[in-house]
Amino acid sequence: MLEIKEISIRFGNFALEDISLEIAPGDYLALLGVSGAGKTVLLEVLAGLVKPAKGQIRWNGRDITRSRIQQRPVGLVYQDLSLFPHLDVFSNIAFALKVRKTPPAAISKRVNELARETGVQHLLERFPGTLSGGEAQRVALARTLAAEPDILLLDEPLANLDVKLKTGLKALMRQINRSGKTMIHVTHDFMEAATLANKVAVIENGSLAQFGSPEEVFRHPKTEFVARFSGIKNILPCHLEPAAGEGSLSKAILAGGQSIFFLGGEPSSEGFVMIPQEDIVLSEGPLESSARNQLKGVVREAYLSGSGMEILIDAGVELVASLSRQSFEKMGIIQGKTIWVSFKASAVSFLAG
Amino acid sequence: MLRNWKLSMVFLFLSGMVLLFIAAPLAGIFLKTSLPQYGQVIADPTVLRSIRLTLLSSLAGTLLFGIAAIPLAYLLARKDFFLKGLINGLVDLPVVIPHSAAGIAILGVVSRGTWLGKAGEAAGITFVGGVAGIVLAMAFVSLPFLINAARDGFDAVPEKLEKAALNLGASPWRVFFSISLPLAKRSVISGLIMMWARGLSEFGAVVIIAYHPMVTPVLIWERFNAFGLSYARPVAAVFVLVCLAIFVVMRLLSKNNIHVRN
Repeated sequence: MLEIKEISIRFGNFALEDISLEIAPGDYLALLGVSGAGKTVLLEVLAGLVKPAKGQIRWNGRDITRSRIQQRPVGLVYQDLSLFPHLDVFSNIAFALKVRKTPPAAISKRVNELARETGVQHLLERFPGTLSGGEAQRVALARTLAAEPDILLLDEPLANLDVKLKTGLKALMRQINRSGKTMIHVTHDFMEAATLANKVAVIENGSLAQFGSPEEVFRHPKTEFVARFSGIKNILPCHLEPAAGEGSLSKAILAGGQSIFFLGGEPSSEGFVMIPQEDIVLSEGPLESSARNQLKGVVREAYLSGSGMEILIDAGVELVASLSRQSFEKMGIIQGKTIWVSFKASAVSFLAG
Repeated sequence: MLRNWKLSMVFLFLSGMVLLFIAAPLAGIFLKTSLPQYGQVIADPTVLRSIRLTLLSSLAGTLLFGIAAIPLAYLLARKDFFLKGLINGLVDLPVVIPHSAAGIAILGVVSRGTWLGKAGEAAGITFVGGVAGIVLAMAFVSLPFLINAARDGFDAVPEKLEKAALNLGASPWRVFFSISLPLAKRSVISGLIMMWARGLSEFGAVVIIAYHPMVTPVLIWERFNAFGLSYARPVAAVFVLVCLAIFVVMRLLSKNNIHVRN
C-alpha cells in the first residue's frame, strides 16, 4: 500500500497543499490536472528528487519520505523521457543493471527480455536521437523496468503520440500493470485516465479535488472543475426553488429563467446542473415522452466530433447535444433551425456551488 | 534584395578585413623566414629545449589544475549559492588583469619568504626561477578558459538526465562520471585545449616568476632584445607552427572521439 499523507510543497509560483492518497499494490492511478497543476512535482516528491515541505509517504508501512532516491521502490519516466543521448538503447536499458553491478551475461539476458516485452529488440544498437516518439517511450519504459521498481511513475506518457501509437502503448502499460506493478500515470486527458486507470485523482489549484474510481469521479464530480475536466459540457449555473407537487423531483432555475427538474432533494440553494450531452434527445416539435425536461431552442453550430456530430443549441442557455451523422442528416439540421431539446430528470445531476 | 546584397557585401568586406588582420601578420612571419633560417632554428638546442619546456609546462598546468577546475565548473553550472556571482567574476579575473600584475601576484605567494615557497623548498620544488613556478603562472592565466567552457558544457546537460540516472539507482558519483561528464565532454575537452594553448603563449606572468629556464615566448623576447627582429622571427615562426600543428591534431582527435547523437 502506498500512502501519501498531507504532502505539501511550494515550488516556484505554484504549490501542492495537503495531498493525501492511498494506492493499493497493483492499482493503476491516473493523476489528472491541467498543465502546471503540480502533477510532475508530486511524482518527483514520490521519487525523492524533490523534498516535500510537509507530509509523509509510506510504502507497505515503511516511511520513505526521507529515504535516499536510490532506495525508493519507484521508477520515474519523465514526459521528455530523458533517455541518455550518448548511450545506445542497449546501454540505456542496461544502465540500472550496471549500477547494481549485475554480471554482463545477466545484463545482456535481462535487457533482451525487457526489449522483447516492450517491443524494442530491433532498436538495441540505435541511439536515442534516432528514435521516433513511440519507440523512445518504449525504451524509456524498458529502462525504468530494468530497475525493478514496485511503483511505476509515468509523466504524460501518451502526450505527443498519434492514435495508433497510443493504442499500442496503452496495451503495453496495461500489460505492465497486470504483471503486478503499481502505476501512477499523470495526464490531462480524462479519456486516457478512464480507459487505463482503476483509480483517478484530480488535482485542482494544487489541492486534491476528488479521488475515487473513474466511474465515481466522472459520474459524480464533486466540483465544477472536475465535471468540466471529465468532459461534461452542459454545466449550467442555477438556483433551486421548491418543486411543490413534484414528489421526489427538485427544481432548478437556470440563468435564462428556464426550469429544470432533477431527481433528489438538495439542501444547497445555489449550484450547477449537469446534463450529459449523450442523454439529450432532439426533435423537430414538442415530444410526448417520459422526459420531464423540454426546452425550445435554435441550432447555433454543428461540428464533427469523433464518429458523430455535436450540436450547439441556444435555448436561452447554451446546450451541447451529441447525435449520429445519420440522425443529423435525417433531421436536416442546419444553422438557425428551431429544435426541441428533451432529457429525463434522472439524467440531470446537481452540483452544489 | 538590393538591400540584402548591399548588406552581404558590407558584411563580407568587414569579415575579410578582420580575417586579414589575423592572418596577414602570421603569414608575414612564415614568409619572411627563409628555409635555411628554419633549418638553423630546428637545429638550435636552446630553441628545442625551450619549446619542449613550454609545451610540457602548459600541459602539466592544464592537467593538474584541470582536475580541480572541472568540479568547480560543475558546481557553478548546477548549484545556486551565496556569492555565486562573485565567484564567477573571480574566475574571470586572470583574463582581465595585466599578466605582469598576475606574475607579481603569484610571486607574492610563492617567493622564498612565503609559507608555500618554504614548503616547496622543503619538498625540493623551486617556484621562483623553476619549472613549478612556470606551471603555476601558465595555469593562473589560462584557467578561466577551462572553467568557463566546462561550466557552459555542464549547463547544457539537462538536469533531468541526472535525476533520471539517480532514479535508476546510480550514486551521485556515478551520475557525474557516466552522465554529466560524458555529455559535457566536448566542452570540457575544448576548454582543456584552450587552457593548454593559452598557457603556451603566456609571457608576462611567466617572465616575472622565471626568466630562466626559458620558455619560448621569453626566448623570442630575449632574441628580439639582444639580436633584433631577424633573429627573433625564425624562432617565433617555428613555435607558431608547432603550436598550430598540435592544436589542429588535438581538435581533430577530440572531434572524432565524441559521438553524442542528438
